[in-house]
Amino acid sequence: MAQNGGIRGKVLPALVLVLLAVSLYLVFYYAPTEAKQGVVQKIFYVHVPLAWNAFLGFFLVFIFSFRYLTTRKRKFDMRAYAAAEVGVLFNTLVLITGPIWAKPIWGIWWTWDARLTLTLVLWLIYVGYLMLRHYVDNPEKRATLSAVVGIIGFIDVPLVYFAIRWWRTQHPKPVIAGGKGSGLDPRMALTFWVCVATFTLLYTWLYRRRAEIEELEEELDDDGTDIATGTTVGGAL
Amino acid sequence: MISAAITILWKDLKIELRTKEAVSAAFVFCVLTLVIFNFALDMNSDEARRLGAGFFWVAFAFGGILALNRSFAIEKETGCSRALMLAPVDRSAIFLGKFIANIIFMFLIELLVLPLFTIFFDVPTGRAIGTLLTIFILGAVGFSAVGTLFSAVAANTRMRELLLPILLLPVTIPALIAAVETTSWALGTEMSVSFWFKLLIVYDAVFATACFLVFEYVLEE
Repeated sequence: MAQNGGIRGKVLPALVLVLLAVSLYLVFYYAPTEAKQGVVQKIFYVHVPLAWNAFLGFFLVFIFSFRYLTTRKRKFDMRAYAAAEVGVLFNTLVLITGPIWAKPIWGIWWTWDARLTLTLVLWLIYVGYLMLRHYVDNPEKRATLSAVVGIIGFIDVPLVYFAIRWWRTQHPKPVIAGGKGSGLDPRMALTFWVCVATFTLLYTWLYRRRAEIEELEEELDDDGTDIATGTTVGGAL
Repeated sequence: MISAAITILWKDLKIELRTKEAVSAAFVFCVLTLVIFNFALDMNSDEARRLGAGFFWVAFAFGGILALNRSFAIEKETGCSRALMLAPVDRSAIFLGKFIANIIFMFLIELLVLPLFTIFFDVPTGRAIGTLLTIFILGAVGFSAVGTLFSAVAANTRMRELLLPILLLPVTIPALIAAVETTSWALGTEMSVSFWFKLLIVYDAVFATACFLVFEYVLEE
């Protein structure tokens, strides 16, 4: 299963590297600079794809947690872990790029806007999930407990979203100048979708690598003979 | 299953009646939180009335976590969790018993804090008492559903008590917002409130069901 050598394992990272270079070119040379926001707006091409992939990651955590509880196969637990870890990484980057974009445009680092707040709450939920994993030693127990939290945490997402949205509409809104959305320049749109594809593949690659490492660690922990024969670890070393 | 749940509920109530640990600690902590808010924010009486509902629920959330932590910590300390698992009853019965016990404890804490809240913040709780008690029950149910489940999760980790607030607070955010908004409305703020009541009820229903269904996985060893 975990084949990190061979052609198949190298295609995805190579593709990600090429696409990252293409994306950079598109963002800085091809896409026109936004009229009102200027060069700062370019962070949009990084910020939004990161956010979408973080959400995708948390959805994967939910799916794999559910599958773990129904099948009891350890690989689903490892996948849930990998998806959560890369998801939290992307989510953190969203929370860093967001204020960098907001400060020059809105004049503030942070606003309790529905999407921002939801992103922050998600980050808190899944950081809790990762902490929980860290503090349970028995792997079986860790898998079960974190699957439970992975499911409950995800069920909470729509409720948090509606609560924050409604809460927002009742409170004074900060000045939000919408720079994107309506009437996106076709060159901007193309750049944006290429970036979305790039970051989705980047997520996939990181997630796969993370899951592979987790499986290798598991094999080493479970059974020392693997080290002796060198069959499974050879590729990694 | 119902009779097993009642037995567990009864056991928890009896322990609490004899030790009075969970509710009294939570109550004192709630009062402290309210007092500290007062120092930290130095409000005039208008501001206090406007913001009171928020303080009440924040104090309750902090204090409630203290009590919820006891729920499974005592079972672990005394070795009772093993006995519970050996008992020939459905795991869901254990959840149900503990869940109802926690609802009662949470409701008690809310009731105990209410008079002090009324005095400290000079809010007209008297004339809205029926609505407030309804909100208290709805809040207690939502908080206890996830709280009971996560208390069992936290008790199984190395971090124990430290982990519960970290896991529980983000997940209870929708319920807390809804409880604050409905309470402000009950205390006289003009706003549309039906959405918040619906959200609170939906939250209770969704998490009571979900937590009931996944609880059996938490207790296995």
